[in-house]
Amino acid sequence: MAKTVKLLQGNEACAQGAVYAGCRFFAGYPITPSSEIAEILAASLPRVGGRFIQMEDELASIAAIIGASLAGKKSMTATSGPGFSLMQENIGFACITEIPVVIVNVMRGGPSTGMPTAPGQGDIMQAKWGTQGDHPAVTMAPDSVGEFFTETIRAFNAAEKLRTPVIVLTDEIVAHTREKVEIPEPGEIPVEDRIKPSVGPADYKPYDTKFGDVPPMANFGDGYRFHVTGLVHAEDGFPTNEPDIIESQERRIIRKVEEAVPWLSKNEEFMLGDAEVALVAVGSTARAAKMAAEEAREKGVRAGVFRPVTLWPFPHERLKELAGSVKRIIVAEMNLGQIVGEVERSVCGSVEVTCLNQVNGESISPRSLCSAMVGEVQP
Amino acid sequence: MGRRTEVRLAGSGGQGLILAGVILAEAATIYDEKNAVQSQSYGPEARGGASRAEVIISDADIEYPKATELDILLCLTQESCDRYVQDLKPGGLLLVDRDEVNEIKAAREAEVKVVKIPIISTAKEKIGKALVANIVALGALVQITRVVTKDALKNAVLGRVPKGTEDLNLNALESGFELGREYKKT
Repeated sequence: MAKTVKLLQGNEACAQGAVYAGCRFFAGYPITPSSEIAEILAASLPRVGGRFIQMEDELASIAAIIGASLAGKKSMTATSGPGFSLMQENIGFACITEIPVVIVNVMRGGPSTGMPTAPGQGDIMQAKWGTQGDHPAVTMAPDSVGEFFTETIRAFNAAEKLRTPVIVLTDEIVAHTREKVEIPEPGEIPVEDRIKPSVGPADYKPYDTKFGDVPPMANFGDGYRFHVTGLVHAEDGFPTNEPDIIESQERRIIRKVEEAVPWLSKNEEFMLGDAEVALVAVGSTARAAKMAAEEAREKGVRAGVFRPVTLWPFPHERLKELAGSVKRIIVAEMNLGQIVGEVERSVCGSVEVTCLNQVNGESISPRSLCSAMVGEVQP
Repeated sequence: MGRRTEVRLAGSGGQGLILAGVILAEAATIYDEKNAVQSQSYGPEARGGASRAEVIISDADIEYPKATELDILLCLTQESCDRYVQDLKPGGLLLVDRDEVNEIKAAREAEVKVVKIPIISTAKEKIGKALVANIVALGALVQITRVVTKDALKNAVLGRVPKGTEDLNLNALESGFELGREYKKT
């Protein structure tokens, strides 16, 4: 059967991926460069029996999607840095109450209002540590329009399987670029749903560890007693001051993500087989890196690219292995040094790590990356 | 690495250059079945301000989605010409609106191929709507460069423009082809 091929914008692909994954509720507040996601879902969700609400701000947006997910609908919001900052409190709430939601953050330049129409990658660490306390962090980082579609689906699947918020983190370039995408048929990409209780309401506990680290989740309103609080709670959902219970619940919500790493982790390795220099980059910067690696090879430098697609949990193990086969690692990012710290932690000084940063609102050019690899001095 | 053809359409916000970029990319991908990526850069304003769209066309996969060395540059304003002419590679094509762009940096004029045609006035006077200058420009650009086939461009225009404006846009496209043909004769 002939595939449906379309020229889609990144944000369009994200919206279509969300619907494919079963998203039936979106609440958001428009912000460049993510607004098209809301615009498209406002039109498409009602056609599939879903709901779209434009909220008064981003605090309300994330609160609404947490509520909708509790009621049983797969839910999403989309924003950029300023809105992502406002959402942090309730991201932590979704972590500890274990409510699956997807938050898309299309990064733009600068702190605060910054550069609305320009790309940046300044929210790498915020995606992990933006909300306070020890909490699980799962983040997907697509670098193309096609991948913005598939990673949005993977984000929903991970959120559902792990009962945790998942962030899709990309940048203005990926969001606003249009490219050719083959739209998968329904059923072609697996879609996961949360595990529902196998016990009756009388025996149900919303954080029952008898069923493993990811407790089954009843729909709020289906007759199951379900107490929801941001206070540390026991298996029944009510607050507790018992140190043993607190310790085990805290460790469990981290462990459920750590133990998912074998299926959750995903990297792209581009021409790394015989590479002496590895460029590490995510999102649109990785696309410049791939072109630069090809150019560096034409100049006689064996270069390759390592790209975390699952950014959090960070692929420390794979990078540690890579450090054994390359002579040098260059980390390229549109910020002043965030991923580089994680790379340094991974390789523990066993190989030279340098970084190439740019925060002027433009993407890092393949030429400057190539120069860094072949050791040319930039004019 | 496949051969990339890099095109930038530049002018000011509201001239429809991003839509023109989308149409060109659809002509290449959907109708000519090549690879293309389209991107854009614009300011926070809805109208006015510098605006540019880029389209990269290739038979191979396209890694970096932005232009590195332009093959073709369209400029509908003096400001965009001043700013971007340096990004055009030697031997590249600079297509400008004859009435809007009066001056081309002397150092570059000798290195690149310059084509000056009346894009906006053709849209205004011949078609009766300045709004379709983007389509006139695309017609001329494709007639001269054949960066996509003319059939693909026509199909892409019809696929993207609002219902009820098909004839208007096809007329604009034909006028663009005509401008390109006239230029080629000279």
